[in-house]
Amino acid sequence: MAKIQVKTKINGEETEFLCQPYDTVLDVLRKDLNMTGTKEVCSTGDCGACSITMDGRLVCSCLVLAAETEDKNIETIEGMAKNGKFNVLQKTFLEHAALQCGICTPGMLVAAKSLLEKNTNPTETEIRYWLAGNLCRCTGYDKIVKAVQAAAEEIRENA
Amino acid sequence: MSEVKFISPETLEQAVDAYYKSSKEGKTKILAGGTDLLVQIRSGISQPDTIIDIKNIKELKEISNDNGSYTIGAAVAGAVLDEEEDFGNNWPGVLEALRLIGSEQIQGRASLGGNLCNASPAGDSVPALIASGATVKVHGPEGERNMPIESFHAGPGKTNLKNGEIVVNFQFPKKQKCSGDAYLRMIPRTEMDIAVVGCAVNVTIENDKCVDARVALGAVAPTALLVEDASKALIGSNFEKEAVEKAALACEAACNPIDDKRGTISYRKKVSKVLFKRALEKAIERAKKG
Repeated sequence: MAKIQVKTKINGEETEFLCQPYDTVLDVLRKDLNMTGTKEVCSTGDCGACSITMDGRLVCSCLVLAAETEDKNIETIEGMAKNGKFNVLQKTFLEHAALQCGICTPGMLVAAKSLLEKNTNPTETEIRYWLAGNLCRCTGYDKIVKAVQAAAEEIRENA
Repeated sequence: MSEVKFISPETLEQAVDAYYKSSKEGKTKILAGGTDLLVQIRSGISQPDTIIDIKNIKELKEISNDNGSYTIGAAVAGAVLDEEEDFGNNWPGVLEALRLIGSEQIQGRASLGGNLCNASPAGDSVPALIASGATVKVHGPEGERNMPIESFHAGPGKTNLKNGEIVVNFQFPKKQKCSGDAYLRMIPRTEMDIAVVGCAVNVTIENDKCVDARVALGAVAPTALLVEDASKALIGSNFEKEAVEKAALACEAACNPIDDKRGTISYRKKVSKVLFKRALEKAIERAKKG
């Protein structure tokens, strides 16, 4: 079957890949580009484990066709640490022990980063609403929310 | 699997032409945000052999405000519309209905056009669109036409679109002075669920009297409903108890719901009255603010 050729930017790097019409961005990231940081859990947009941003919008990569990403700007968890240094959220997640099994973590981080880019002083309620599409079955969310609050504080202090 | 085609036209004409031709030969699906379609593909409910992505068509992504009359592109995502501050001031009920759909991730993609065309009887934005009095512009092989939202659906999962017709945008009337809209839904959970009942109310008040009212219900019939008897009961009233009760009974009478795990027929009917009264209160409060 004729594959679709797609040219897109992933974490700032021009990337080209071939995909089938039904392939999702998640499929291509994990299977073709070997970027397995983005996790596949529900595949139906319910759990948020596969969160990425596309042109700055937070989306579930399981609900975006790979063929749609022509000329887009995609950011994944792999692009979060810069020059070997953790993003502030990655640091505060560790400091607050905001993970256990770790499967939801990449999605949580990508989603939280997208919130803090919009709002560096979110209330607890705003954080909880923003992360409501990211399911964690281990920690019970409290530590995650605290880690996001700590990261927000750090961002404000350094602004 | 036979050859599946993915196309992303840049003009409406190209899209309509491709849609018309491909749907004669096989199963074609229009892709907007994909939050319903991709789930349907993954589960095997839908296996289109042509997918037409309409998000590269300018008209479908545009938001414009012509002297208070909004036009919202069918594929504008909820998160994008949410940033259009003045739209939310004009049509808070429509915005809150759209924003109730799914998580922030879903909001990055889900659109009014997609919610309408998915044609779920429980689609949250549909009652709010009906109550607002918005019309939808569709483009097809025979040109353009405008449809009131309340006559768009033919049944669960079915629309009155003709072969090759694509939803382009929503045209909202200019918001009247001292009018307000609101949407509320009843769900078994606190967030992110499918409505058991949804109710939208849009009222205009002049000298404490209701001079215009539109009431719409979702999830209580095969399609979302405009409850004209409820409007009639309200118009001319001061929202006195009797008028509100009469309108609530009209809502109950309009219900023709299913019995399922989310709610029984009698529960949905009862809730439609309660939800109507609460949505009305919220709409009145907003109308009084201007």
